[in-house]
Amino acid sequence: MSWFKRTEKNIQTPTDKKRETPEHLWHKCSSCKRVMLTRELQNNYYTCLYCNHHERINSAEYFAILFDKNQFTEMDTKLTSADPLHFEDTKTYPARVKVAQQKTGLKDAVRTAYGKMNGEELVIACMDFQFIGGSMGSVVGEKIARAIDKALNLKIPFLMISRSGGARMMEAGFSLMQMAKTSAKLALLDKAGIPYISLLTDPTTGGVTASFAMLGDFNIAEPGALIGFAGPRVIRETIGRDLPEGFQTAEFVLENGFLDFIVHRKDLKDELTSLLSMLKDPTAEKS
Amino acid sequence: MSQKRHPRESYQNIAHAHTNSIKFVAFYQLECMTSYLDFEKPIADFEAKLAEMKQIASEKKVDLKDAIGKFEEQLKELKKETYGNLTRWQRVQLSRHPDRPYSLDYIKGICEEFIELHGDRTVRDDKAMIGGFGRIGTQTLLFVGQQKGRNTKQRQMRNFGMANPEGYRKALRLMKLAEKFNKPIVTLIDTPGAFPGIEAEQRGQGEAIAHNLREMFMLKVPIICIIIGEGASGGALGIAIGDRVLMLENTWYSVISPESCSSILWRSWEYKEQAAEALCLTAEDMKKNKLIDGIIKEPLGGAHTQAEKMYDVVKKAILDQLKKLDKLEVEERIAQRIDKFCKMGVYNEKD
Ligand SMILES: [Zn+2]
Repeated sequence: MSWFKRTEKNIQTPTDKKRETPEHLWHKCSSCKRVMLTRELQNNYYTCLYCNHHERINSAEYFAILFDKNQFTEMDTKLTSADPLHFEDTKTYPARVKVAQQKTGLKDAVRTAYGKMNGEELVIACMDFQFIGGSMGSVVGEKIARAIDKALNLKIPFLMISRSGGARMMEAGFSLMQMAKTSAKLALLDKAGIPYISLLTDPTTGGVTASFAMLGDFNIAEPGALIGFAGPRVIRETIGRDLPEGFQTAEFVLENGFLDFIVHRKDLKDELTSLLSMLKDPTAEKS
Repeated sequence: MSQKRHPRESYQNIAHAHTNSIKFVAFYQLECMTSYLDFEKPIADFEAKLAEMKQIASEKKVDLKDAIGKFEEQLKELKKETYGNLTRWQRVQLSRHPDRPYSLDYIKGICEEFIELHGDRTVRDDKAMIGGFGRIGTQTLLFVGQQKGRNTKQRQMRNFGMANPEGYRKALRLMKLAEKFNKPIVTLIDTPGAFPGIEAEQRGQGEAIAHNLREMFMLKVPIICIIIGEGASGGALGIAIGDRVLMLENTWYSVISPESCSSILWRSWEYKEQAAEALCLTAEDMKKNKLIDGIIKEPLGGAHTQAEKMYDVVKKAILDQLKKLDKLEVEERIAQRIDKFCKMGVYNEKD
């Protein structure tokens, strides 16, 4: 069988080569495993050319996609985590934060900014999952609260992009109360009649789902995103059986009535613009 | 977030990490057989001995008054020492004591009259969340709270105090009724968490809790929230947005149970004591960190040892707070409620 083997190897050679090429040139889809140029992936809004899989991206990419010419004013860039409980498990909390900051170049798990999207002003808060799983501690809660204040003061729409595993355990009770804090601010935004769009991306679970992520006037999601309150593992262990196919996907959540629509990332900016423009008062004077 | 579990782990650990409901039952049955917690063993022994002495005294008609008196003094000292130096984990244990009063016990102990109301008007009646109007003197109040069961059958019916989305929606429906009829709201929190199940997700557990948080901030009537047992995470917070948030002395309130925290951060169920310490989840911790407004003292040994006395103390706390809250204009009360929660959090902000 040596002949056959050699042929097989010949067929596989180009793929092997691709696998060995530098990461920054080639991208392998984390869903269908097919390979494409990183540049192609970027031009396609970080979604797979073949299967539409939406790769996890961060605030920098979302800001670039949504704000005109990638121009925006970032807010509250000096906020960093304190360690009010002197929390220590296998590591101290400050050590975990430091590692995350060094690894990501970020201060914490959310960035907030305002600027123009297709010429219209809005505030965007976007979570960074790579920073301790996008977990919500005091910094995340406070920055989101202040972003909502900004939308209230400027009377411009608020867009929240969630991508989070939920609470930040190392801030325990403080973390829990960020759910209350952000919801309080959203109650004020609601009362003021200012549009709030919540975009849920992969994954959005736990305390984030049980607070601001599910409180949009419009709850929308990216295709295939995992969205839920309890994580799949916890549910599986609780009920003692396997979960149905497609459970807790954006499509499942839409079907069950908790999302308004699912939007492909390449259409996101224009869809948001259309939606917000329809909400505008046509009699209001244009400034 | 993966974790390893040892197959021979005790049911207790599994139970409070929301696991297999059959195992849940087994745990609670075990727990039910004894009314003493592990750290109460010396007290239990002492009390058994005391009972024995009293029996001998009455049967044999011997005068053991002095000896018994001395013994009772010693027991009192032992109790003071034990309950005066509880670890955080021991408080967690006390909060789950099988004899502890539950929501309906408090309501019935506090009110002269109570009419229970059912259903969310959409799906069904969630028996893990109870509510209704109660009367103290001339004052009508709306009560809502998670409800645990006391025997196996009740525990299953009450789903161990773990509400589904319809439970949170039922609570909100009743709170809106209270607002409509201008009656203050008292919420009683006692839950190991919101239920993590397939139907709970289908019916929007996250949305139900989130909706309550936002709506409770805007309710025009006074809201007093009392943690009477376990205050686990979003499932607790879903009915705990209030003008006053109080904790009974031997309760816990945090973002996660010590068992689940241990399993995630230590990758083992063995570190629940350390996790309880790290989480700073007691009433004292939460007050110190300005995350609650006050602590309600319990009788020595816990609420269950003198339940009637406990009901009186809770009733007094409710009426006292209500008197203060009634003095505020509606808008002012709402503004203070929002402001209080918005101040919660600790962070650095420097150049
Ligand atoms: Zn693909």
